[in-house]
Amino acid sequence: MKLVDIRNLTVRLGGNTALRDVSFEISSGEIVTIVGPNGSGKSTLLRAIIGALKPTSGKVERADNLRIGYVPQRMHIDPTLPMTVGRFLGLPKRVGATKVSQALTQAGVPELATRQMSRLSGGQFQRVLLARALMNKPNLLILDEATQGLDQPGSAAFYRQIEDVRQQLGCAVLMVSHDLHVVMSASDRVICLNGHVCCEGEPEHVASAPEYRALFGEGTKGALALYRHHHSHSHDLPHDHNSQGKH
Amino acid sequence: MIRAALAGLGVAIAAAPLGCFVVWRRMAYFGDATAHAAILGVAISLTLSMSVFAGVLLVSLLMALTISTLSGRGYAMDTLLGVLAHSALAFGLVAVSFLSGIRIDLMAYLFGDILAVTPEDIAIIWGGALLVLILIGARWSALLTATLNSDLAYASGIDPKREQLVLTISLAIVVAVAIKVVGVLLIAAMLIIPAATARPFSRTPETMAVIAALIGGISALGGLKAAFHFDTPTGPTIVCLAAILFALSTVVSALRAPR
Repeated sequence: MKLVDIRNLTVRLGGNTALRDVSFEISSGEIVTIVGPNGSGKSTLLRAIIGALKPTSGKVERADNLRIGYVPQRMHIDPTLPMTVGRFLGLPKRVGATKVSQALTQAGVPELATRQMSRLSGGQFQRVLLARALMNKPNLLILDEATQGLDQPGSAAFYRQIEDVRQQLGCAVLMVSHDLHVVMSASDRVICLNGHVCCEGEPEHVASAPEYRALFGEGTKGALALYRHHHSHSHDLPHDHNSQGKH
Repeated sequence: MIRAALAGLGVAIAAAPLGCFVVWRRMAYFGDATAHAAILGVAISLTLSMSVFAGVLLVSLLMALTISTLSGRGYAMDTLLGVLAHSALAFGLVAVSFLSGIRIDLMAYLFGDILAVTPEDIAIIWGGALLVLILIGARWSALLTATLNSDLAYASGIDPKREQLVLTISLAIVVAVAIKVVGVLLIAAMLIIPAATARPFSRTPETMAVIAALIGGISALGGLKAAFHFDTPTGPTIVCLAAILFALSTVVSALRAPR
């Protein structure tokens, strides 16, 4: 069943075309990852899906029963705003303590309910954001570079948590990520974005696509290590390990 | 004296929760600009011999809407607000000076004249205050979500622009009802100081709003008493007391939480 159906989406922001003629769909239960260099419109695409941006042309159709759980890229809580974790999970709909502790347990941080948001570590904060996204039992979880600011073990643990959550809730997951390694190993489908959809498909397919290689180079370490055996590619392009794998 | 107390309490209670949002969203200058525009509203209402509340409400609303609209378009906000706040005040003062035919006590509008409130004023103040409380209370969760993060609000089906409009309208109402009590120059103080004073003692947004209302109320009543006792101007005395409470709260919280 289609949860979100995006057809010929074009978004112009302040005179620049951020997205041009993007079409794809998200079906229930699948994990879709969007990769692409900086400024390729990844966040713009997510913001169009949650309704924060109006399409200049084209359509974003949402299923009637769509419940989105959204984990923003980064979130700053003004220090003048007191906010316990429990209260934060009750926004915008207040919930009981049981539901709060359930969601926190699901997100892997069961003990935090009475803590102040401003006192959380980066990893705890991301998990609380995840817990909040789970409050309305979403059938589509959207994560915008949710592991930004986490170290490698931290982000690996975070993705494992998401995998657990998906198994428990059976929700679809749409995420933007720079962690190509994780992307390639955990996604059902990868969409490579650069203002438009460069290529799309199963991770193996995308990793070997020339459009993807043109954007990310040959030596995308983790991704390549996992899938090297799937294809025979040329090694005549220069390897520049500083510019690859990260944006 | 009882009338003055009622007027002061009404303004303090309405200003407290709104002031919390002004602090959380860093809109302090926004409040200032809206309040300063009110003097222009005074001039207009006196010229057209209409109710001062209506004139001030109208001009404040226009000012607040102008700023909200411009703020979405990537202007350098602090500069823009600085320009708008002070030019609105200047134009207002110049406009008032043209009204030579009417005797007008400018000081009363700049710093408030709480001792001169009529029963009718009190009805308007409490009417406005209740309206603001109902407006903010009804949209409290949506306002909080939009304040935290606009994308988070969109994802929950909340339009942050509409919530911004709710705050803008509330602000204009508070300015209009507070002008008699503390005057245009000190309205922003009644918004910000009680909220800032309440911050160290609050663990949730709700407690902060309630404590801010208490502190605002204490400042209004205590300031009124002090002004009577020391024969000082009432509006500034109320703000002075609030400022003293803020200083105390800062010291107490610094002592309580050794780093």
